Amino acid sequence: MSLDSKLPKGPLADKWTKHKNDIDLVNPANKRNIDVIVVGTGLAGGSAAATLAELGYNVKTFCYQDSPRRAHSIAAQGGINAAKNYQGDGDSTYRLFYDTIKGGDYRSREENVYRLAEVSGNIIDQCVAQGVPFAREYGGLLDNRSFGGVLVSRTFYAKGQTGQQLLLGAYSAMNRQINRGKIKSYNRHEMLDLVIVNGKARGIIARDLVSGEIQRHSAHAVVVATGGYGNVFFLSTNAMGSNVTAAWKIHKRGAYFANPCYTQIHPTCIPVSGDHQSKLTLMSESLRNDGRIWVPKSKEDAEAIRTGKKRPTELKEDERDYYLERRYPSFGNLVPRDVASRAAKERCDAGYGVNKTGEAVYLDFEAAIMRYGSEQAAIEDIQNPSKEVIREMGEKVIEAKYGNLFQMYEKIVDENPYKTPMMIYPAVHYTMGGVWVDYDLQTTIPGCYAAGEANFSDHGANRLGASALMQGLADGYFVLPYTIGDYLADDIRTGPISTDSPEFEEAENNVRSILDKLINNNGTKPVDHFHKRLGKIMWNKCGMSRNEKDLKDAIDEIKALREEFWKDVKVPGGLNEVNQELEKAARVADFLELGELFAKDALHRNESCGGHFREEYQTPEGEALRDDENFMYVASWEYKGEPADAVLHKEELNYENIEVKTRSYK
Amino acid sequence: MKLTLKIWRQKDANSKGSMQTYPIDGVDGDMSFLEMLDVLNDGLINQGEDPVVFDHDCREGICGACSLMINGEPHGPDRLITTCQLHMRRFNDGDTIVIEPFRAKAFPVIKDLMVDRSSFERIQHAGGYISVNTSGNTIDANAIPIEKEDADASFNAAACIGCGACVAACKNASAMLFTSAKVSQFALLPQGKVEATRRVLNMVEQMDKEGFGNCTNTGACEVECPKGISLENIARMNREYLSASLKG
Repeated sequence: MSLDSKLPKGPLADKWTKHKNDIDLVNPANKRNIDVIVVGTGLAGGSAAATLAELGYNVKTFCYQDSPRRAHSIAAQGGINAAKNYQGDGDSTYRLFYDTIKGGDYRSREENVYRLAEVSGNIIDQCVAQGVPFAREYGGLLDNRSFGGVLVSRTFYAKGQTGQQLLLGAYSAMNRQINRGKIKSYNRHEMLDLVIVNGKARGIIARDLVSGEIQRHSAHAVVVATGGYGNVFFLSTNAMGSNVTAAWKIHKRGAYFANPCYTQIHPTCIPVSGDHQSKLTLMSESLRNDGRIWVPKSKEDAEAIRTGKKRPTELKEDERDYYLERRYPSFGNLVPRDVASRAAKERCDAGYGVNKTGEAVYLDFEAAIMRYGSEQAAIEDIQNPSKEVIREMGEKVIEAKYGNLFQMYEKIVDENPYKTPMMIYPAVHYTMGGVWVDYDLQTTIPGCYAAGEANFSDHGANRLGASALMQGLADGYFVLPYTIGDYLADDIRTGPISTDSPEFEEAENNVRSILDKLINNNGTKPVDHFHKRLGKIMWNKCGMSRNEKDLKDAIDEIKALREEFWKDVKVPGGLNEVNQELEKAARVADFLELGELFAKDALHRNESCGGHFREEYQTPEGEALRDDENFMYVASWEYKGEPADAVLHKEELNYENIEVKTRSYK
Repeated sequence: MKLTLKIWRQKDANSKGSMQTYPIDGVDGDMSFLEMLDVLNDGLINQGEDPVVFDHDCREGICGACSLMINGEPHGPDRLITTCQLHMRRFNDGDTIVIEPFRAKAFPVIKDLMVDRSSFERIQHAGGYISVNTSGNTIDANAIPIEKEDADASFNAAACIGCGACVAACKNASAMLFTSAKVSQFALLPQGKVEATRRVLNMVEQMDKEGFGNCTNTGACEVECPKGISLENIARMNREYLSASLKG
């Protein structure tokens, strides 16, 4: 099958409007005869479910958590971008579009990204109308801050809890529809397969995680909005339950999987402390507005700090290497995430890392505290304030901006970040790759859609900070509700979809056989044993920098580990009860397949771009070296039984409105 | 560290539960409380026993899934954190730690330490929203200026993570702090004022229907709340409720 992105014709700025005018609509009376399943209730799924229900469709939502409000969008900290230009600093739809394409290292679709920028302002209007309490200025208007990879302030925020507030907004919109009877929400339910009838997605098989019951649910369309697959690395900033299962199951049923190797390693996370570690915690990128990143200039100082003989605060200014400011003077500490992460790894690999493990750099707020303190003292008209007074006032300003993040840090590390610089290190955070979708967010399976982080569409090879929240809500509130109608217009006479068909039977049997096999395996090792080993392979060989040999090894090792898993995994308990080990086992089984495709994709892409850095392809200064002539395409993989047999389909990318350049933040 | 854990085990909602004792060794101070339970479960699985079931997800204090009563306090001995943010350095070698589920009539136990908090869901369904369409035809965000103090107070109420610690801490198992936080978030904003009367009446009615107890102003909920949700919200909800009742 060839890939048809269904990109509308005409000038870029008119495409979305024109497309909306061209697509078919479903009459309100007919919408009530149409069912839509939405899997995942984060920003994308929650906003899609609420809007589809508001339009009149009958919506069923599914989430593995005990409430839609707990989806992992809740943990997003820093903010959401929108081209409002409230600050009057020259922002525009075009500039947000340009920054996003450039930030993605010229590996995303112009049309999708432009649409995203175009609807971004609407998102803020919508959220304010819903009662999302964004940060405000004293004049009562909305406040903004700046994020990596851009030169304007376009990020709206609610302290360090922007994701929480936006998700609660989407959830409140869901609640309104639940109260009207238009959404039926299935919590503590997990989708375990997709059902295709006559070539169209017509339902899912789900397991009730409390009773263990395997259920059939039918619909006229299925939306998968189940987030990213960062947990293939075991350690990531994702929630413990975040998984690839729904996305992987639709892939196995015919949806192509695009650019799996594009992973975002976030530069500012709390470093790993030991083998017991179950997850990593992000420190928001917004901290780089005020924090300066450095390591000691000399290896001796680094060694002294690692062994506890020196404290970072003892090092003088000229003994510190502010390596981002040194290498990238124009963007400084606010370079994009992929650049900042690689630069941290480069310094630590060269022996300048701090922390016991040598895998950490400093994020220092001293300068900001003193600067804000002086400003505040001037505002309050304090003459000749002492250093202590300035510090105290500065700490208050920092606390108002980032208080919850500083508290989180102190609880985990047991050090006061107001007094001692934070230690940070890159960690897996977001996956740009995902299910391939066309302009309508439809996968290669008719009637099956993918939204939010689960799809591949808008971020290319690297996502800019505060753009994930924007994309999730754009997909759910403003894109999908239009485009899905175009498809469903053909279904107004279909009537309810029966679950008594051979297709439902086959899918249910497939799920049962996998779960039975896991439960009756009688192996010797718990699921986490395999998940941790998979994570080590991924981190060491498919992580921040990759090379041909490591990737080939990774493919072999993952395949062998998968075989071992199926022979030796031990899952206690039964099917018809709460069984958290069974849930984990089924998810890890899918990660063990995805991981191999991930490595295969990274191996085939003989270039460095965005989050994908191949050691063989770099400039003499160690910057990523793209190969636009051979790799300016979306790598979209078709499932053929084993990850090794996946077939590559290329979607060529065309840039007509933007000049393709080498990305530079110098 | 060597510890003794006393953990509530209950097969399912219909079975009787009991406290069971588990010794555990090799606990590191840098471990989080839930990572300590991961180690325990790993050991139980290896011995062929059923692992302890507990709710958890984000493990960074924001999703509100984790819900353990530790030595008689929701989320353990520290203030302003969730269970997943509690670290073992807070305990000493040789300690005995008692771990129970959040207990309330409206939070029935599902298994072991996992409880059913869908009563909270239904309170939110009853009115936890502003009735505005989501399809994008709203006025410009800056057309509604809001005093910073009100916006901040609304945010502080909206920071509730819906974990249920307030209910578990309360001797009456009252859900007033949770419900009032949602009512307050909207009551403090001009956008929320339009349907304030309906909202507070419907949410309070649902809260009562779910079997939560009454508020007797002991303030335990505020003390144990991991997000520091203030008792002022309860006072505000009482005012809202009174004026709504007079209107109604």
